[in-house]
Amino acid sequence: MPKQTSETLSGAQIVVRLLERQGVRTLAGIPGGAILPIYDALSQSALIHHVLARHEQGGGFMAQGIARATGMPAVCLASSGPGATNLLTAIADAKLDSIPLVAITGQVPRAMIGSDAFQEVDTYGLSIPITKHNFLVNCAEDLLEVVPRAFRIAASGRPGPVLIDIPKDVQNQVVEVGEWPAVGVAELVPAPVAERVAVAAAMINEASRPILYLGGGVVHSGASAAAVALAEKAALPTVMTLMALGAMPVEHSLSLGMLGMHGARFTNLALDECDLLIAVGARFDDRATGKVAGFCPQAKIVHIDIDPSELDKIKTAHVGIAGDVGAVLQTLLPAVEAQQRLAWLARVASLKAAHPLRLPGIDDPRTPYGLIRAVADCLDDQATITTDVGQHQMWVAQAYPLRRPRQWLTSGGLGTMGFGMPAAIGAALAEPERTVVCFTGDGSILMNIQELVTAAEEKVNVKIVLMNNSSLGLVFQQQTMFYGERIYASKFKGMPDFVRVAEGFGVPAIDLDTASDPRAALAAALSSRGPMLIHASIAMHEQVLPMVPPGAANKDMIGG
Amino acid sequence: MNTISRMENQAVARTVLELDVYNHPGVMSHVVGLFSRRAYNVEGILVMPVGSGATSRIWLLVNEDQRLEQMVKQVEKLEDVLGVRRHGAEHEVFIRLEEFFR
Repeated sequence: MPKQTSETLSGAQIVVRLLERQGVRTLAGIPGGAILPIYDALSQSALIHHVLARHEQGGGFMAQGIARATGMPAVCLASSGPGATNLLTAIADAKLDSIPLVAITGQVPRAMIGSDAFQEVDTYGLSIPITKHNFLVNCAEDLLEVVPRAFRIAASGRPGPVLIDIPKDVQNQVVEVGEWPAVGVAELVPAPVAERVAVAAAMINEASRPILYLGGGVVHSGASAAAVALAEKAALPTVMTLMALGAMPVEHSLSLGMLGMHGARFTNLALDECDLLIAVGARFDDRATGKVAGFCPQAKIVHIDIDPSELDKIKTAHVGIAGDVGAVLQTLLPAVEAQQRLAWLARVASLKAAHPLRLPGIDDPRTPYGLIRAVADCLDDQATITTDVGQHQMWVAQAYPLRRPRQWLTSGGLGTMGFGMPAAIGAALAEPERTVVCFTGDGSILMNIQELVTAAEEKVNVKIVLMNNSSLGLVFQQQTMFYGERIYASKFKGMPDFVRVAEGFGVPAIDLDTASDPRAALAAALSSRGPMLIHASIAMHEQVLPMVPPGAANKDMIGG
Repeated sequence: MNTISRMENQAVARTVLELDVYNHPGVMSHVVGLFSRRAYNVEGILVMPVGSGATSRIWLLVNEDQRLEQMVKQVEKLEDVLGVRRHGAEHEVFIRLEEFFR
């Protein structure tokens, strides 16, 4: 082994060098007292571009945008105390959607830990339940092990967020570094148990009314093509969770679109009739299943997941297969018989004809569905779509023609308003050749509005489509439907002038309300380079339908 | 603990979990946090380092519950947990300790 000359480096310099070695080229964060040594070292890096967020949560979601668009771990930085607490929501969001994130926080010097020092908070303790793993680093040498390990943990198996809390004196501690550790990469996942795959194949072959149920794990595993191949060979009607949208192109003849609370009637009704459910990288989330006892009540279940703790968690699987879903699908494919399943596909087609997804107003760009379709008409599949959380998110999930894995970045598990715009900035930084469209609402946009200035500063190619119904629309809808129309705290009395707000932040903006030809205005806005806010009013009474009432079975949908 | 509640508790089926873990600050928090977030009471806890002290063994006494399978899987996922073994309530580790709790 060639002898390496040793270098004398501070903990902060070691962190930056390790990030460079990991291939990190863009990260987001906000400096503060306890992380200044790392920022000082970062200032000397010729490789890393630091994006200055205006709120740590925004920085966290920018890193998430990078990670969701690329599938690689991304990094965010924050100082101690409020810097760290502001980051927590973005970390929890990454945990629930299994996004590989490495969060690095500054901490007060070791000697002051536990003394209620200025900007001291127990970041380690706070982050335990919302991270896959976390570290409080005790000396600079340990960074050589901890940083690559954090990347390895974030990327391995079921991905997730890892937090590294580094006291300021550890950042300043100077040590000799002789040899650099290997970069942290995802560990290989053990191959699936062959007998279980064989049993699953036999069940698929024998089933008369099977449905393939794809979750976000299919996207994480890069297994979309394998999933589509399985569906095609075995003639499996296929449903997708919110997180899996794009895994199978929406127009595919076997696609039944999204299942669950805001899925189409025919989708949920087909699930109600299936005799075999093949769950792939999906975790039977309550928004997907509705009342669990009423979910696929006649079906046997094959459950494939990389995380063994997901098997039998909500529904007991007749066959549970732990493994990388891509690898399992590759093994399953040759064991599955080619079938046509004419009777079942005909039954599904008749359900679809009788209970289709209704998209009223699809041809009118001044309605929610029409606006979404008009945006889609201006773009190709290379565009990336992010959303915030609420009615607009569900409308886009229902109506946008998603055809590519990682085309769709949305906060599924945690459902965090304020996710969309900073995530779009991250996605645009990671893949600057793409147009990134963020659909948002007038409630969500205000939760991280400050990142408009970051978008302007970075000149990212992000188009924010603001669907303004002057309300917290999904709350308004639930109060209308389930709380006797007692509308409370969901209608906004004051309304910012969003066009002027955007322009004030340095982001050009247009108002579709005043455009004589909204389609032409959209086309011009979406074909320009750089950030842009596109404001469009929609009616407050518009609802997301159909809707499964919370706690009800999926077949008991309202509307649509 | 009074006699009646002790008798009631003994009527509940118990399980003893044996965990091999790395021995450093925070590991205990990771383990017990999985129980506390699910409002799953841990009836007994015993921890000591093993051998050189690089690892520790944690003994947990918990009530049998339909959530136990999921609990064990969650514990197994922790980075600092090297292995989990399940024993019946007849395991003597906590029985032998009872004299310190009279």
